[in-house]
Amino acid sequence: MSAVDLARLQFASTSIYHFLFVPLTIGLALLTAVLQTRWHRTGEAEYLRLTRFFGILLVINVAVGVVTGLVQEFQFGMNWSDYSRFVGDVFGAPLAMEGLAAFFLESTFLGLWLFGWGRLSPRVHLATIWAVAVGGVLSAAFIMAANSWMQNPVGYSLDPATGRAQLTDIGAVLTNPVFLRSYLHVLLASLITAAVVMLAISAWHLRRGSGVSGFDRSARIALAVLVPVTALNLLVGSELGVTEGRYQPMKIAAAEAQWETCQPCSFSLFQIGGGSDDETPTKVIQVPHLLSVLATNSWNGQVVGLNELQAQYSAQYGPGDYVPNVFVQYWAMRTMAYLGSLILLVGMWGLWRRKRLATSRWFLRVAIWSLPLPFLVNTAGWVLTENGRQPWIVQGLQQTRDAASPSVGAATIATSLVIFILLYGALAVVDWMLMARFARKELASEPSRDEAGAPAMEPSY
Amino acid sequence: MTLAAFWFIVLAVLWTGFLLLEGFDFGVGMLHGVVGRDEGGRDVAVRSIGPVWDGNEVWLITAVAATFAAFPAWYATMLSGFYPLILVVLVALILRGVSFEFRAHAPGERSRRFWDGALTWGSLVVPLGLGIVLGGLLGGVPIDPRQEFVGGLGDLFRPYAVAAGVTVTLICLLHGAAFLALRTTGDLRLRALRVGRILGPIVALVVLAFVAWTRVVSGPGVLLSVVELGAVLAAVAAAALVRSGRDGAAFAATSATMAAVVVSIFTELYPRVMVSSLGAANDLTVTGSAASPYALRVMTVVLVVLLPVVLGYQGWTYHVFRKRLSGAPGDGDGDEPGPPPRTAAAGPDSGAGRRIEPAPASSSPRAMTRLAWLLLAWVVARLIARFMAALTPAAPGAVGAGAERHGQRSTGSGGRRRCS
Repeated sequence: MSAVDLARLQFASTSIYHFLFVPLTIGLALLTAVLQTRWHRTGEAEYLRLTRFFGILLVINVAVGVVTGLVQEFQFGMNWSDYSRFVGDVFGAPLAMEGLAAFFLESTFLGLWLFGWGRLSPRVHLATIWAVAVGGVLSAAFIMAANSWMQNPVGYSLDPATGRAQLTDIGAVLTNPVFLRSYLHVLLASLITAAVVMLAISAWHLRRGSGVSGFDRSARIALAVLVPVTALNLLVGSELGVTEGRYQPMKIAAAEAQWETCQPCSFSLFQIGGGSDDETPTKVIQVPHLLSVLATNSWNGQVVGLNELQAQYSAQYGPGDYVPNVFVQYWAMRTMAYLGSLILLVGMWGLWRRKRLATSRWFLRVAIWSLPLPFLVNTAGWVLTENGRQPWIVQGLQQTRDAASPSVGAATIATSLVIFILLYGALAVVDWMLMARFARKELASEPSRDEAGAPAMEPSY
Repeated sequence: MTLAAFWFIVLAVLWTGFLLLEGFDFGVGMLHGVVGRDEGGRDVAVRSIGPVWDGNEVWLITAVAATFAAFPAWYATMLSGFYPLILVVLVALILRGVSFEFRAHAPGERSRRFWDGALTWGSLVVPLGLGIVLGGLLGGVPIDPRQEFVGGLGDLFRPYAVAAGVTVTLICLLHGAAFLALRTTGDLRLRALRVGRILGPIVALVVLAFVAWTRVVSGPGVLLSVVELGAVLAAVAAAALVRSGRDGAAFAATSATMAAVVVSIFTELYPRVMVSSLGAANDLTVTGSAASPYALRVMTVVLVVLLPVVLGYQGWTYHVFRKRLSGAPGDGDGDEPGPPPRTAAAGPDSGAGRRIEPAPASSSPRAMTRLAWLLLAWVVARLIARFMAALTPAAPGAVGAGAERHGQRSTGSGGRRRCS
């Protein structure tokens, strides 16, 4: 493997791993804030117990999310120094804003929330968890602005002397059409992730009959969030697909393995074959017009095929291979869409049974096993969006193979890759064990749950 | 002043903020096993930084991101050049970062020990590694005309860079001891002070040696700049104040020491951002590596609006958690699966913030400490004398000395620097 391949593998593996934790942090902070607000409003002890229960999970999750995010902050310079030089002027600004506006807020107020039980007045303490939630929501905004610029560069000019991108309009970067949609998409996906996790854990307890009155509440809150948000996100996702189809037609054509231009275009439920040398996979169950609708928002929309796009790009950018890995793209798209729809179905089933959740044995069983779904969906979504941009690192401006660090050899990257994989693997095991242990704890039997002194409870550690 | 120069100052401020704040929690991390003798003591030590360490670490993230935004070329060359060091620092940051949660929720004694160890060693490796990076920026690494690092592993560990790492780490240790003394009571505080008393003179000597070396590395002239002299004086003051058990003042002095050392590195660096050991023509400079004026203007607006807010709520956090931790059972949290923290301090909380009786120490450290103090006093006296002499008007005819004095003064103002 070349240094570029290794650097890509490292970026992909560390980012995907990091993004297992990020959406859960963003979503769970919001849901925990909702729980605590409920407690504040109603004074019902169940909500306080739930707040503490899911708060602990949030804190454990944040710990791993934060440290794996550190790697991302450094990795652009370590492995992608030519990329950093090329885009730093535009790409660095949102990252720095993220630090100043979001990370400080999130980290500082998480400390205050965690250790502030009993030290802060209930109202101020409630405000701290909302500050944590706002910090998470803001951090996603800046990072998505940066990422969207790679998908659809706007608000820049190329410096004639150095050939590097220069920021000319921050407003354009922050109103990038790709950014507005992908940010909403990620934000809703975060809520879905946290809602499914909350639902699965609650279902596990309901099935065992422990803390039923509390976990029934959390399950219903999770369902109330899950169903509308998932439905909305399917719409936002398809809207994002149309936007990306406009700026990155290759990405959308590859997601359907559409080699030849079509109008109207049908959507295949699945295909057999379609590997790197196979331009004529067997498409099974074609839904007429669906691809036209998904990719262009119109019944008879035209989708330009990969072969025609390849010819266009070769004429525009010089000879080269401009087609992303079609097989990965096709299945990433379907994994995301199918499992996302499955989540919606589970949610609707739960909503239908909401008044008698504790006795709905089959629903509870399914809800527990839907725990991995949002993580698979999120990962597939990122594979879809990042793989679909290849061979570009910045669409139309710089190719991935020109972006790596000239001074860093393959052996160095291979070493760091192995170290990160081992380290992240170990972290995953420890984190999973810890999360599972706390997720299985009973709601009422924790030692600090003395009803009388609830607001005076002392911090962790 | 150009915006690029302003952003260089911003980076100096961010790095200072990071090492000033996270510096003490690195110190506490390194010392928590030494100062907290039993599990309860260790818990109290860790709890003293529990609410704040994560917010402190954001200073580093912001410093790195701001380098990316304001000096993309610097960011690219620094992180790809210092790759192995950065990798080690990242691993340490990861293990240390999760150790807080993982040690608190460890299922058994062995895993708790492991995460205690991760906290201790992570807190050691991070300031050491980042100190070596900072030292390498000024001390120089092989950078070719394409701004690429062309050296080997050994080039990252040149003596001056290692000295910078050791100095920063030692200051963190003393800073952490001072912080622990300030934030705890009873036995824990006494043990923190005892560690501080042993460390104080060593740190002062090391700071002195380091700033002297900085002068040698960064150009002709052997006199100290104002900032560097300030670093030495602050280190001496810190050692003395820790000795007398004046917690607040001692912590202020260790803070000043850390700030002055970091600032001195950055003032010596200016107008370069990375020194090339392959000739001054290959140096990365502030103007050469800065982002475009528009990008810097945008970032300046964001910074001016947000930094005061950040300082406000971080300051408020310290205010909220200003109370000393005694390690009394009431401080423990029932959330924790482990045994409740045991009382670390048996005695009443009477001596907090005031002078303490000198604690008995074994004779050989005491003799060494005395020797170090004497040596230090002598060197500092000589330095001050030379500095004062340099500030008094030049005698007629002493042209060479006059030129040197002139250079000295403008270095002190922090703006200019000599070419090496």
